[in-house]
Amino acid sequence: MPVTDPSASHFKEPLLKTPFHERVRALCEVDSYVPWAGYTTVDVFTSVEHEYFAIRNAATLYDLTPMVKYRISGRDAPAYLNRLVTRDIAKLGRDRVAYCVWCNDAGHIIDDGTVFRLGDAQFQLCTAMRQIDWLLASAIGFDVEIEEVTERIAALALQGPTSCAVLKAAGIDGIDGLKPFEIGRFTLGLAPITVSRTGFTGDLGYELWMTPEAAEPVWDALMAAGRARGIRAIGSQALNIARIEAGFISPNVDFVSAEHSLRVGRDRSPLELGLEWLVDFDKGHFTGRRALLAERRRGPRRRLVGLDVAGTKPAHNALVYSSRTGKREIGSVTSAVWSPTCKRNIALAMVDAPYFAMGSTVWVDIYLNRELVWERRMMQAGVVERAFFAPARRRSTPPADF
Amino acid sequence: MSVARAKEHDAIVVGAGHNGLVAACYLARAGLKVLVLERNGYIGGAAVSRRLYRDFTYSNCSYVCSLLRPEIIRTLDLPRFGLQIIPYEGGCTMMRNGDHLAIYDNHDALRREIARHSKRDAEAYDRYSRDVMRQCKFIKPLLMRTPPDPASFRPRDIRELLFLARRFHGLGEERMYDTLRFWTMSAADFLDEYFESEIVKAHFAGSSIIGTALGPRSPGSAYVLLHHYMGDIDDTVGAWGFARGGMGAVSNALGASLQASGGEIRSSAPVAQILVRGGRAAGVMLADGEEIAAPLVLSNLDVRRTFLKTMSAGDLPDEFLRQVRNFKIRGSSGKLNIALDGLPRFPAIPEGSPCTRGDMHVTDTLEMMERAYDDWKDGRWSRAPYIDMLIPSQIDPTMAPYGKHYMSVFVQYCPYELADGAWTDAKRQAFGDTVIDTIARHSPNFKDLILHAEIRTPWDIENEVGLTEGNIFQGELTMDQLLFNRPLPGYAQYRAPVRGVYLCGSSTHPGGGVIGAPGANAARAVLDDLGRAH
Amino acid sequence: MAARGASAKYDCAVIGGGHNGLVCATLLARGGRSVVVLEANRGLGGAAATREFAPGFRVSACAHLLHLMPAALQRELRLDEHGFIAAATQMPTTALVADGAALARGAGDVGGADAAAYARYDAPMRCLAAALAPMLSRVPPRLGTHRWSDLVPLLQLGWRVRRLGTRDMRELLRIVGMNVYDLLEENFESVELKGALGLDAVLGTNFGPRSPGTVLTLLHRLAGQSTVGAAGLSQPKGGMGGLCDALARAAGAAGVVIRTSAPVARIEVDRDRASGVLLEDGERIAARTVISSADPRTTFLRLLGTGHLDAGFARRVANFRSRGLAAKLHLALDRAPDFTGLKPERAVGRLLIAPSLRYIEQAYNHAKYGEYSRAPVMEITVPSINDAGLAPAGRHVLSAVVQYAPYSLQGGWEQERARFADLAIDTLARYAPGLRGTIIASELLSPLDIEREFHITGGHWHHGDLAFDQFWMVRPVPGAAQYRTPLDGLFLCGAGCHPGGGVIGAAGRNAAHQVLHEAA
Repeated sequence: MPVTDPSASHFKEPLLKTPFHERVRALCEVDSYVPWAGYTTVDVFTSVEHEYFAIRNAATLYDLTPMVKYRISGRDAPAYLNRLVTRDIAKLGRDRVAYCVWCNDAGHIIDDGTVFRLGDAQFQLCTAMRQIDWLLASAIGFDVEIEEVTERIAALALQGPTSCAVLKAAGIDGIDGLKPFEIGRFTLGLAPITVSRTGFTGDLGYELWMTPEAAEPVWDALMAAGRARGIRAIGSQALNIARIEAGFISPNVDFVSAEHSLRVGRDRSPLELGLEWLVDFDKGHFTGRRALLAERRRGPRRRLVGLDVAGTKPAHNALVYSSRTGKREIGSVTSAVWSPTCKRNIALAMVDAPYFAMGSTVWVDIYLNRELVWERRMMQAGVVERAFFAPARRRSTPPADF
Repeated sequence: MSVARAKEHDAIVVGAGHNGLVAACYLARAGLKVLVLERNGYIGGAAVSRRLYRDFTYSNCSYVCSLLRPEIIRTLDLPRFGLQIIPYEGGCTMMRNGDHLAIYDNHDALRREIARHSKRDAEAYDRYSRDVMRQCKFIKPLLMRTPPDPASFRPRDIRELLFLARRFHGLGEERMYDTLRFWTMSAADFLDEYFESEIVKAHFAGSSIIGTALGPRSPGSAYVLLHHYMGDIDDTVGAWGFARGGMGAVSNALGASLQASGGEIRSSAPVAQILVRGGRAAGVMLADGEEIAAPLVLSNLDVRRTFLKTMSAGDLPDEFLRQVRNFKIRGSSGKLNIALDGLPRFPAIPEGSPCTRGDMHVTDTLEMMERAYDDWKDGRWSRAPYIDMLIPSQIDPTMAPYGKHYMSVFVQYCPYELADGAWTDAKRQAFGDTVIDTIARHSPNFKDLILHAEIRTPWDIENEVGLTEGNIFQGELTMDQLLFNRPLPGYAQYRAPVRGVYLCGSSTHPGGGVIGAPGANAARAVLDDLGRAH
Repeated sequence: MAARGASAKYDCAVIGGGHNGLVCATLLARGGRSVVVLEANRGLGGAAATREFAPGFRVSACAHLLHLMPAALQRELRLDEHGFIAAATQMPTTALVADGAALARGAGDVGGADAAAYARYDAPMRCLAAALAPMLSRVPPRLGTHRWSDLVPLLQLGWRVRRLGTRDMRELLRIVGMNVYDLLEENFESVELKGALGLDAVLGTNFGPRSPGTVLTLLHRLAGQSTVGAAGLSQPKGGMGGLCDALARAAGAAGVVIRTSAPVARIEVDRDRASGVLLEDGERIAARTVISSADPRTTFLRLLGTGHLDAGFARRVANFRSRGLAAKLHLALDRAPDFTGLKPERAVGRLLIAPSLRYIEQAYNHAKYGEYSRAPVMEITVPSINDAGLAPAGRHVLSAVVQYAPYSLQGGWEQERARFADLAIDTLARYAPGLRGTIIASELLSPLDIEREFHITGGHWHHGDLAFDQFWMVRPVPGAAQYRTPLDGLFLCGAGCHPGGGVIGAAGRNAAHQVLHEAA
């Protein structure tokens, strides 16, 4: 009788460890982990506050390995991706990255992610959630090969104002010439690495892609080079503050994937999420195009906007109302945080038409636990653009040296 | 028959199965004096815990719990009367090549497990669960409602039809089509739209044939699959669990709840006849000739047994009887209850895996399942049967003495009538041996551990529990016998053609399984007719 | 005809010159459109053609009986003016059973104890079928649109069902989801009669009599038959190709340009609309509307390409079940076959080999596992008895639909074709003992051959299984069930659409109405 596959013992340890696990475990002082896409990842290393300020003030390392990665290649790869995502991939040059969303037939978002063009018909797609079922359904009729390579590529996000300086100090020549959304190939020590000037913080930053074997040496080299430049490892909580400040959306937080929703009416379109700039109606057909055209004619019913909320207490899980009386519900807050950099109480909220117009005033209810007594506060909030923090340094090339 | 006695009861429930008890509980709580009459010396019908061998407790018919409606559990306060439901910890299918597919609670472990067989299926599983859950969300609110009669113009029926239409329409175009297709597809075609791996399909197809005279390739089997998903434990949809102390715990809790509400139960009191006088229910006559009067009689027996064996043909319209005779209630399932001297080893399962603490199977392809069905069609038990095997004593310490184990083995398919003549002891033993050999192929020490085995064919189930032809659902769950067609078109609202006679068993909407909804819905129909609040 | 290479422009281009394509083209042309029909093969008719399988012996390639094409449609097309002649009408059906007895099947033919049962069964079934029949000639409604044009047909159907009366309505709602096995068991004693009646429910389907949904397929067939009027079961003169010749003449008379040997390589799209077709030889034909009678997979996956479709829709098309399971056996005989016990006046008709429901179910069992039936069921005609022109003088052709012969056969059809043909002939010879010695030539068309010859993916006669989940509002797939496709200007008109295949012509007609309505 054949012996059972030894890999079948995952019930003992359902979560995988990334190639950086030994390094991050050594630094994770508060033992705070969260599962992400099947991996154990750090939620907090030492203090959310200090980790956050390192993003905005110095340099940070974030283990990005669990990001789901697919290699897409084959004769039809460009046509395939163009039919998959709403942006025009034909316009994406070699060694460039594009932030994209993709939709189902109804024009509702399945997920967002980044497309890396590595060659004429060679792409890498990075997503927060696993997508193979939809990617293969989309491949019907295309000569394309799709392979999940998550476990084969270790990834790190190096983000913050001194991140370029850290890379230079680590010996990566020419990194300062890398423009936003550009990909470069370098060696760090003996390890070949691919660097893209991308990130989830809205700040200057890079993402580094390497083999699992290179993971620890690269980590060590960056930590050594960054010591004098304030580098520290960060967890998901600190990153989350930065991404809300940048106005970036997160799946299962700001929208639910149309591939997972159970209830009618919970799916969201790119137009509702304020991502029309990602939708190219003139590039030819893509999945959801006809539905989105119809929605554009109709006008979106709701929209994800930024809220500038009075007071200092984040409007977590708050409902949004049209007036202080709270009689008419017009939406709900999806993400909320006190922004330590903007010194404002910010939130992302899905708000019904017509209340989502920029500059209009809405109200949110905030529940406060004050020494075990709950109080409800109706707070005024202004509808604003979502990017609460967008420093010029995120785009400038070459970046400032430190 | 004393006249005094005749005034004692407002309603008699024939049969103390779980649905009969649920109906009785609701009536008693509404203030009626209710008497439940049970043929056997114990209550529960097919939801029983029995000690047939030393200190082992067998859930010797139904064996797991999920579908029992939470609103019934709550209203009847069953936990206070001793009902505890403990969820499974996993499940698995052992393969002929020595490998296995395990089902784990932990989503990541499950994904990696399915990915061993197909990476694609591991992710398609999410879409599959989503679509099944969507269907569950659609169907659940219908369970505790009386189906409308589409041929009627009464306001209640029109209202109910509109309710259905509105709910359906509320799904939106895409999901309306999905629902239409789902309700009519075969499980095999349905699963083909998600999965590529045979083992994955075979594992999930199991629920589509349990208790069913259909194969996984028969249209309509996808619905049966859903029927097994629409329960929940503590809000986890589709979860299954063990009733602590065996399935009799459900019936005992119901019995206790009934008595606490003032209801009365008489066991060893077989009803021979439902009495009709002046065109309406008058009570019942027991097998020993005793007559018990009551203006309302609810039958927990299946529709065939109620009308063909417990009522006289003269009291019923001919056309109705013709319909009753055409009711499809073929038995297709057998059951083994086995006392084990220890825990069997399953070499295919990794050491320490919790997947044996749930349902275990050995059918690793749809073809094997379909061929098992072909055997049944030809009037013999499956030579390679589908089995749903559990060892509840791993989780519930009350089921077997310490260190020993109770194994429940549900077997699909086993016919009520064999092509080569009636069931005999030798044939029953041969059937049991087929099942035991099937298990032993995956467990080298299994046979040595067997202390006692109770073998039950559909014929035995009919004789002991009273289910016609041993059909565990009191009638097949096919499109022609669901919703307003269940049990019979025109009689889907729990009322028999004789005033005062009601059906409250699984023959009625929403059908079989330990759901309790038929009983609750029937009680509501009774109370409606009495003009009472419920 | 348009000269090759020249770029022609039409209002409508119809892909495929089968019966549905021709019906659709004719009605479009009569509606004032300029229409071209593009047929890949040298001859017209698609699977409804007549083929010469041995010198001098001709036979209908697939369907060999005309029994579903509505009389109203035949009149609308004025087929008799265009040379359509029936070689035989009102053909009787006879079930061949063991021991040389032949069982007459049909109203008035059934004798003995079953006669009364037959009357009790047959009349209500016809009545239910007739209530459903108007559905066949209508565009199926679309759900969730809030449009009256979609709501009205639903209400009409509901009303027609309601008007059956409480009893029949309830019966319809019960049996429609049932299997034919149970329905016949409820009604009849005779094993042979049940077999003979059961076959109609599973001919051309991927089901056995015990499969739920087979009453639906039976009602669907009866509904179709209720529209044919007095002709009943009939045989076109010259085979099914005779019908298509008449259709082609009708099309020609209406001004349709017909081009054969003109295989379409691609449907062309310009600014979100179908704009014409590209032929395999590189010629472009511009058209404002393209109507495809090809099967849905061919149309969407091969000719259009999924790049113009949403991924979810493409997945539904890919999941459309279209694997054929019926083969066709053609025999050239040096004399008329002699079926034991068959009266000569019944030899002109349809003969069935389906001696019991169990026999059919067992034949089906094999198909589930990719095997052909060891004892197949058959629908047989000897068309040369009614139409001497199909064979050289004094000789005959035998035409038989043989089931089950799954498309995806274990071992492959190239290996197994001859063996299966042999088995089919053996089965025939059981009922006509001298048959083997009279065979001059034979041909077996497996589903694979049908796929190759007639360009039907999977070689399915109906382009796709006729089952609840591929029926009416969801045929072939949600979003394309109203003959319109997600791509503007592209329509379907083949058997893959409602109401399916079997030489009905309704799909072609309904599609033409939809196109004309759309543009109006």
